[in-house]
Formats: sequence, structure tokens, C-alpha cells
Amino acid sequence: MNMTAAPAKKPKLAVWKFSSCDGCQLSLLDCEDELLAIAEAVDIAYFPEASRATQPGPYDISLVEGSITTPHDVERIHEIRKTSKLLITIGACATAGGIQALRNFADVEEYIRIIYATPEFIDTLATSTAVADHVTVDFELRGCPVSKGQLLELLNATLNGRKPNIPNHSVCVECKQAGHVCVMVAHGTPCLGPITQAGCGALCPHYDRGCYACFGPKESPNPASLTQTWQESLDVPERQVKLALRTFNAGAEAFRKESLKHGQ
Amino acid sequence: MSHNRMRMARGDLGALIAALSDRGYRILGPTVGDGAIIYDELESDTDLPVGWGEDQSPGAYRLVRRQDQAVFGFTLGPHTWKKFLYPAEERLFQVTLEGMSFQPEAPAGVKQAFFGVRACERQALSILDRVFLENEHVDSGYAARRRDTFIVAVNCTTSSPACFCASMGTGPEHRGDFDLCLTELLTPKRHDFLVEAGSAVGEAIMKEVPHCEADEADVAQAEKQIEATAKEMSRSMDGDNAAQLLSRNLEHPRWHEVADRCLSCANCTMVCPTCFCSTVEDTTDLTGDHAERWRRWDSCFNQDFSYAAGGHARSSTMSRYRQWLTHKLSGWHEQFGTSGCVGCGRCITWCPVGIDLTEEVAAIRAADGAVAATSKAEDCHA
Repeated sequence: MNMTAAPAKKPKLAVWKFSSCDGCQLSLLDCEDELLAIAEAVDIAYFPEASRATQPGPYDISLVEGSITTPHDVERIHEIRKTSKLLITIGACATAGGIQALRNFADVEEYIRIIYATPEFIDTLATSTAVADHVTVDFELRGCPVSKGQLLELLNATLNGRKPNIPNHSVCVECKQAGHVCVMVAHGTPCLGPITQAGCGALCPHYDRGCYACFGPKESPNPASLTQTWQESLDVPERQVKLALRTFNAGAEAFRKESLKHGQ
Repeated sequence: MSHNRMRMARGDLGALIAALSDRGYRILGPTVGDGAIIYDELESDTDLPVGWGEDQSPGAYRLVRRQDQAVFGFTLGPHTWKKFLYPAEERLFQVTLEGMSFQPEAPAGVKQAFFGVRACERQALSILDRVFLENEHVDSGYAARRRDTFIVAVNCTTSSPACFCASMGTGPEHRGDFDLCLTELLTPKRHDFLVEAGSAVGEAIMKEVPHCEADEADVAQAEKQIEATAKEMSRSMDGDNAAQLLSRNLEHPRWHEVADRCLSCANCTMVCPTCFCSTVEDTTDLTGDHAERWRRWDSCFNQDFSYAAGGHARSSTMSRYRQWLTHKLSGWHEQFGTSGCVGCGRCITWCPVGIDLTEEVAAIRAADGAVAATSKAEDCHA
């Protein structure tokens, strides 16, 4: 902290979109009460979802939403990387390929033939991948969508030059901290919380639902052990195990690998 | 301190709660919530889990209706008393840039009554007292909350398959250190409580609650029930012996086997009544004019818990599980003079994959001295 320096020039913020539903960008707009403070602290230079007025780069902070699904996306993300000092990916699409990474397990050519009347107009990659698979990413903010609180914390920490308080431990930690009763142990509800990264505040267990793993794998996850218990103690059919791992973070390596053990 | 034994009718349990409430105590105790028996605020004896019991096994817990109307016919749920003394998150101080004002928190004392503390849990509170109070660095928040905590102890007259306090010497009967101690006397013919006062405040409270002097038959029935509870406990662990056993078996292959099952989800440490590890987080507002430091429950099962200057000391789950168990059962003796385990069995029931520490200790004991064929370098010094 420098108390005597003149007010520094506001950092330029850009918000980019790739293959995604826009929900994570909306989390930023959803920061209603804090949005004015954010606009005070940064120069929102490029955010087409919020304003048509855009400024050219370079940018101090780029928030990137969405996954890389087309050859054009690949070119564009490299351009964005070049023009951004800090590149932060937000949401399951940008950090794991999103729900559209289900294509990674299928034949995309076949999809195109079945769905589009004029398949030759479609120019797509065979996979949907995370931004970090293409360029260096400075921070990955998980979630489908990201948590508004975590997004604010990340911006706040970045602007203040400190480490963001974004834990990579299991959902169980925040579930127990909140005093919730374990839905898996006490109700026999299959829950992905023990292998999923915290961030949502254990939202689903709070409403007696199992965790859907919106925030992707926790650090050192053990999906093999969890799914074995699902199958042996909770009688979850193998197909359901596969499907549970194949949602918003299907492309995350730990989930992808385990899901393949339970079917193609 | 006199330990007069009194008899109180079941119907007067509400009067005891009211007497505590009238003296300004916030009553905290067991109640049914979300399919389990949890600890929450009680307004009257009707909030207690009357007629409820539970089925427990490794990784599974189910609330079940009892055949009788027992008030304390259950054992332990996922909550522990530590949350009322050592909350999951607590602000430690605030700093304001203007004038560089530094404001440490001044934790307010609370008048609270823990209603229904089991013997193993009382031992856990003694352990936490040692950690937070009987130390050169007294934790001011814990001290403020602990000071006016009134303890209504309950001797266990039922056990669950997860319980192993008898083998750890921590239960099922209280050995002092309470304000009041209840033993439920329940037969088809009667429903009373044997009450023992362990403090002047406890005695004074009982003067406001209808009761009579207990007779020999009351005392005998209580002793018989407690003894039967101790005997029915099938799970056991030789806690004292475990300390040496684990410290000489740090390279045992069993650590790798349990790591294959362990989720490193930290549930065991969250439900443990003595696990006290925390992390501190600094937060700022957007302008950086105001900063706060918060303390949150952390766990040795979390990777970042062992992060120090450039790396994680315990990156493998194997090293984390070993750290937890050896600290709990072995290192704790050197650090605090007792085992860190009180035999409550919560870590067994609330482990999503049902890892049982008593089984792990037994497996190491069965092959004392075995050494894992391969040991990753990072685990050797973890």
C-alpha cells in the first residue's frame, strides 16, 4: 500500500465470451450493489454484454468466459492473451470445456450431419476445451455459473495485489462449516461434494440434494473411491455414475477419466 | 463440592430448561433436524429428540423411532459443541487505512448452557480447553465463550456401533467437571432422571426445579444402565498403545491402502470434537481502505493446509491421512498430554466412504513393523 502516491490510473478490464451461455458474465452484472464500486475501481474497457462502447487493448485484466470450440476461437484466444496482462478464466466452460465438452466423448461429424441442414457451413473443432489448454491462464475461477462472491473476491484481490481467498478444498468443508447434515451419510443421497471444489457454499446439500459438481474436481480428488461407495452402498447404477460425472465439468480430467471407467 | 444425588421426574425436565433460561442462559442441545440429531438452540424440552434413536455404521447414519419415549435414547450426531466455542469462522481484527487504525475483535462473552453433553464430549472440551486456554497464548474468543458455559452432562444409557469411549477410558460415565449431570432412568414403570450437581451454580439451579433425594435403587439402576452401555460397545481401540505403535510404523503399507479409499474431503476433521486447525484469510474492500483478518476452520486433509514457501509439504492423500491419525493418536500426547481421540466415533460414521480409524490402527498392529515397498520421496518427510 502506498499512501502518498497520486491516484493510479484505473486498470482496464475486458470481458470476453467464447462458447458459453453468458451466465458467468451475468454474474458480474448481477453484482448490483458492488457494480458501481467496481466501475469506480476499474475502467470497463471492453464488455459487449454490458455496453456497446469499447476501447482497444491492451487490457490489464481480461475475464474470459466460454470454451474453445472452433478454429476461430483458437486464433481469438491467442490474440486476447497477447493483449492481456492478466488473463482470468471464469466458469466451467472456460475452465473445463463446459457441458458442450460432452462432444469430446462423441462423434462430432455425426452430430453435424444429423442436426444441420447444410453441414458444410459448420466449421467446428472435434472437442470443446478449456482456455488453459490453449494459452497460459493466470487464474481459473470455477463454477457453473461462477459465484458472485468469489468473482468479487477475485477482482478485489487482483486490484489490491493480494492472494484471492478461493479455496480448492472439497465442498464438504463448507458444508460442514455451515452445519448442514451430510446428505450422503444421513439420507443415502449420492453426492459429489467429497470430490468437488468448494465455492457454492454447499448450495444443493443445504436443500437436501446431492452436489452436482458445478465447481469441478477439488485438489487431489478420489472419484474412484467415491463412485465405488455410490455403487456398493447406495446402489447407484453404473450408468448413473457415468452421467453424474458427465455434466458441466465433464471435460475436467479427473471426471473425464473416471466417467470413462463407467462407460463410453 | 457436594455431589448430592437427586431424583427429578421426567415431567420436570422442562422446569430445568426454564430455570436455566430464566437465569439468562441460551440453551443449546440436541434436536432433530435434516434427518439427524443436531445441536441447536432449544426453547423447551419438547425440542429434544424424544423417542428418537439412530442407526450408525461406517459411512451411514439413519434416524430411527425408538419403541420408548427416551429423551436421550440416541448417542451422537454430526455436530459437536466446538462450534459454539470455536465457531467455523471468526473475525480477528480490522484495519482502516485512514489513520492506520487497528481494531482487534473484543469477543463478547455469552451465557450458554450445553444441554446433554456426553462423557466423551466432556473430555473433548477438556482437550480444547488445554489447546485454547491452558497455553501461553490464550484464545480470547474461546475464553470469552467458554467462561459462562454451563454444562448439563448426560451419562450414556445407550451406545451406537460407532462408539468406543469405554476402551478409550472417556465414557460412558462422567467423572466430574460438569454443573449438572443427568442419568435417564427409564423402565416401563418409571421415567425419571438421577441428577448430580457438580458446581454451586448447578446446585442453585436445582433449588428452582422440583426434585427429591435419590434413593439407593435410583443410583443402582443408573449404575446398572451405564455399565450395560459400556459392555455393549463392540468397537474398541487401545489408545495409549496406539501412540507408540503409529510412531514406529510411519512407512507401513497400510497408509497407502487407506489412501486409496480416503477422499481427503476433510469430513472426519470437521466432525471431530477435538480437531481445531484453522487458517487465516485477509480480506480487503475494493478500494483497499479497509482490511479484515478472518479465521476459518481448516483441515490437515486440505492440500493448502501444508502450503509453505513454494510447495505443499503433504501433497499426497497418504501423507495427509497419516498426518491426521498420527497427530490425533500419537503426537497429541507429546503436545497436550492426552490422546486427541475421545472415542466418539463421529469420524467413522461421517466418513462418506466409511473409513474406520480403529480398523486402521488394528491393521497396522496386525503387521507391526511392515514397511511399504515403495515410498514416494515427498511422503517420507511429510
